[in-house]
Amino acid sequence: MRTRFQQQIEELREKLLRMGGLAELAVDRACQAYTERDLGRCQMVLENESLINAAEREIDELAFDILATQQPAAVDLRFILAVTKINADLERVGDQAVNIAERVMDLIELPAVELPVDIARMATAVSAMVRRALESFVEGKAELAQAVLEMDHVVDRMRDEAFIMLVRKMNDEPQVTQQALDALLVARNLERVADHATNISEDVIFWVLGADVRHHAQSASVSPRTDTREQ
Amino acid sequence: MGVGITVEQLNAYYGKTQALFDINLNVLANHATALIGPSGCGKSTFIRCLNRMHETIPDARVEGKVRIGDLAVYNGTSATQLRRRVGMVFQKPNPFPTMSIYDNVAAGLKLNGFRNRKQLDEIVEKSLHSSALWDEVKDSLHKKSGASLSGGQQQRLCIARALSVQPEVLLMDEPCSALDPISTGKIEDLIFQLKEQYTIVIVTHNMQQAARVAEFTGFFLLGKMIEFDKTEKVFTNPSDKRTEDYVTGRFG
Repeated sequence: MRTRFQQQIEELREKLLRMGGLAELAVDRACQAYTERDLGRCQMVLENESLINAAEREIDELAFDILATQQPAAVDLRFILAVTKINADLERVGDQAVNIAERVMDLIELPAVELPVDIARMATAVSAMVRRALESFVEGKAELAQAVLEMDHVVDRMRDEAFIMLVRKMNDEPQVTQQALDALLVARNLERVADHATNISEDVIFWVLGADVRHHAQSASVSPRTDTREQ
Repeated sequence: MGVGITVEQLNAYYGKTQALFDINLNVLANHATALIGPSGCGKSTFIRCLNRMHETIPDARVEGKVRIGDLAVYNGTSATQLRRRVGMVFQKPNPFPTMSIYDNVAAGLKLNGFRNRKQLDEIVEKSLHSSALWDEVKDSLHKKSGASLSGGQQQRLCIARALSVQPEVLLMDEPCSALDPISTGKIEDLIFQLKEQYTIVIVTHNMQQAARVAEFTGFFLLGKMIEFDKTEKVFTNPSDKRTEDYVTGRFG
């Protein structure tokens, strides 16, 4: 047993989980800030971005170190490759949370208006995707990851509906164009967070099963029997 | 050109101890096939069965079928006849210490009664070219002994000696384990080139080496071949948990 190597793998896993927690929290705060028009939460998202960026660098450095010194193979190699890609996706999730927070800060400056879009519902769906993608990583379960891939279509539809409704609102009531545009951008940011959750899930499937399911390369045949890994 | 190797139901014994259990394997011609596994797993015993070296050990015996191309190894073929077609390189370079570089390479041919000096010169040069040693020794072929060369050069000399009898298969039993990284790199480059003309079976403890040089890899454990597949598959996504445990270092 390569004890030191296993310790490094475990350290990498823990660092990524902490990173995942930060990214998930950032999205949740940004969405709450939107629904509650809460400037304080917006500022927390902006302040915490540097923590996410620092975590991203730490994870990359450790992964690079392990690759250079341990020559991992098979499931370990797939794990490290998956971690580096998930890491990049989580950092982008953090960026999207910042974008949402900035839109909210803009909205708070404007008069509150009724908009025909349920951002809170979309945010709930997107947060669930991020949370389940991270759970699939924690548990090493491909079927959990597969479920996230299927949720992406739902969020895509929500984004499309939001676009249609908000563009109509802008046409009908030009005086709320600024607010509607901000909401439209928030919907787009949320849809991108969902895309990152999808990428994370694809990377988990790659790690666990060794199957590349990106861009519908192959249908992920995910059987519960083979997909639990112990690291 | 190299030929394929077919192994069917091969069992090998040291006295009453069984070292190999029902090995079945097809080695493709003109490819490098690596055999990996922990010490004592039977991989060296296996390649020694391919050129009948296993039976040189007292009480050792073999059951099953081995074919090297069209040659049935354990059915009427003499060991000498077989070893002309199956060359072998060992872990520790073993040049004949008192012979010159030239005589080391020519030894196999001379042993087979080959006496034509001009042809011998040509074959020695060709073999040393093939083993990527010619440029380093061409001016001292008769002046220097095989033992005067560096470890890496000695191993390439042994490869030239094995190639001189124009075999179809080259067996390599941990050929780089006594060499430094530079010499190892040269031997690995050589293996890559030699595949065009020979079928290569290499036993190695160095998994990265197997991953670098071989198109196919077999994993041995406790005398059984657990998995045989494309090298890329074995090192990225093996089918058997035991293979995965070995290549990821979780063994023991």
